[in-house]
Amino acid sequence: MSLDLLTYIFIGGSFALYIGIAIWARAGSTKEFYVAGGGVPPVANGMATAADWMSAASFISLAGIVSFIGRDGAAYLMGWTGGYVLLAMLLAPYLRKFGKFTVPDFVGDRYYSNTARTIAVICTIVISFTYVAGQMRGVGIVFSRYLHVEIETGVVVGMIIVFFYAVLGGMKGITYTQVAQYCVLILAFMVPAIFLSMQVTGHFLPQAGLGATLDSGKSVLTTLNELSVELGFAEYTQGNKTTIDMFFMTAALMCGTAGLPHVIVRFFTVPRVKDARVSAGWALIFIAILYTTVPAVAGFGRVNLIETINGSDNTGVEYSQMPSWFKNWEQSGLIAWHDKNGDGKVYYSAGAAFDGDKPQYAEDGARGEQGERLTLNPSANPSEVYVDRDIMVLANPEIANLPDWVIALVAAGAVAAALSTAAGLLLVISTSISHDLMKKTINPNISDKQELTYARLAAIVAIIIAGYFGINPPGFVAQVVALAFGLAASSVFPVIIMGIFSTRMNTQGAVAGMVVGLVSTIAYIVYFKFMGGTADQWWFGISPEGFGTVGMMLNFAVAMLVSSMTPAPPEEIQHIIEDIRIPRGAAEAQVH
Amino acid sequence: MSAQRESARSYWRENLRIITTYMVIWFAVSYGCGILFVDELDQIQFFGFPLGFWFAQQGSIYVFIGLIWAYVFSMNRLDEKYDVHE
Repeated sequence: MSLDLLTYIFIGGSFALYIGIAIWARAGSTKEFYVAGGGVPPVANGMATAADWMSAASFISLAGIVSFIGRDGAAYLMGWTGGYVLLAMLLAPYLRKFGKFTVPDFVGDRYYSNTARTIAVICTIVISFTYVAGQMRGVGIVFSRYLHVEIETGVVVGMIIVFFYAVLGGMKGITYTQVAQYCVLILAFMVPAIFLSMQVTGHFLPQAGLGATLDSGKSVLTTLNELSVELGFAEYTQGNKTTIDMFFMTAALMCGTAGLPHVIVRFFTVPRVKDARVSAGWALIFIAILYTTVPAVAGFGRVNLIETINGSDNTGVEYSQMPSWFKNWEQSGLIAWHDKNGDGKVYYSAGAAFDGDKPQYAEDGARGEQGERLTLNPSANPSEVYVDRDIMVLANPEIANLPDWVIALVAAGAVAAALSTAAGLLLVISTSISHDLMKKTINPNISDKQELTYARLAAIVAIIIAGYFGINPPGFVAQVVALAFGLAASSVFPVIIMGIFSTRMNTQGAVAGMVVGLVSTIAYIVYFKFMGGTADQWWFGISPEGFGTVGMMLNFAVAMLVSSMTPAPPEEIQHIIEDIRIPRGAAEAQVH
Repeated sequence: MSAQRESARSYWRENLRIITTYMVIWFAVSYGCGILFVDELDQIQFFGFPLGFWFAQQGSIYVFIGLIWAYVFSMNRLDEKYDVHE
């Protein structure tokens, strides 16, 4: 059976499954639409959270990032898992006890202020839109590479599928499709990883395989270090970032994770406070299966990649000898080769092969002597090859010569990862609009049924906007991800923590804190990401990715200062805080 | 009423103590072993990994899982003790 046919079967089959689940789990009330009726078992919620959390970035890009930056990739690995410890201990149980539908609900009620609520709504919408554009794009890339359709067609198909189960089923439909999507994506990630580990080291578990000794008598990591140094890179197990930057970046990603509205809202769906803690535990186990495998995939992938391109003697291999994946990805624009020394051999080493890092291809798909795509901007470095980080996971099965069904499975897994996250984000956006803006701020008199209609309309609009960004991606998708985490860490996270752990924090403090956190973080990121600020101007060497931590500290400091100078919150707020700290009575608190 | 309130206060204090203990461990494995002392720990070999590298890319994640579940069990016991369980 051909690879194309297999891919159609795997992706088509998974779509049929998601649609089937969506029809089975239709939402009838706002409570079902927003929080799946509050009756999701903790294990299922853990799985859904894991699928919600693990986006196209985790599935497609993370292993590639770790593979290319080595030990420093730990900022992402620890940042995107350590946040769950914060969620389990500092946020999830209390927000579940509070028992409303959304993050702005909590902010608005706890701080008895519609200003605070509105700021929280804006943060929620900005964070979620930032994120969702990347997911749609991920779907498009997979479709264009594996099914040979235009990226636009891929995005539209993705939109229709998400539309179907997000609009029909709301949170209930999304939750149960996410459980299915988790199974698809984890299978798709683990099967090739296990194959790779067996092939390279003979170990069944990739986590152990990365520490294994090869036939040459050296360990995988030593081999990787030696290869890297020989080609002019830093040692793989050494870091390049400064300690302070690693520290701030990891903290921003951890607190950002704990402050992402689409993650937090998942903990509103379980029946009891106890279940909120338990489901955070399950979620992290399900996430860790992938995250602890990532370093192994990154390491094996890098060894395989270097050996395929440079050959066993590390001097390069003729272009005509390159395997078909090399030429396929070159066609997709994620690999490029420029024969700088004219020896007809492909050679990869340290330093960007092209000026400005990314290759510019010649017009009209012009081809060189060897049949390679011509490029216009070779750099002075000896390296001749550009390899996009994103292909590490997608191309790994081909690089390692795994069977066709594994490749098809990886394609279905990447789509599952992108769709599950997109659906969770779209729901958060539509809820913010119908519930927090329409119902709570603009027109409190609308009925449950009208609110549900607004929620569905908002979801449709959000899907169309997300799809537009997927087809016409703003050139700065990668940069805005830093913005999403920075905003979550510097605004949403501190305001919730203070709302639970301080009885003295009042409206004035919270609003001042959020504004200072937001403005400082946005200003720093915009200056360095969009206005051409350079790395030597970073404050104390803190990168824009890590600045969310500084914004968060400013938020805490300003909030405490301002609240100490303004009146304490009214007595009924004190009662709310005392109440959310005690688990008993969560069931009654659901009545809205 | 005031006895109930007093009990709620002391439940909250015990909860904060548990959280603090676990957060110290959380900080020590991730920021301590994985970032601040990573180069020192890298001198030690651990199942084929330099230890600091292992903590940064694998070990801290396993400890995170352990911490959440330890918190779940500690809190279940505490909820029973103060009779605030659901």
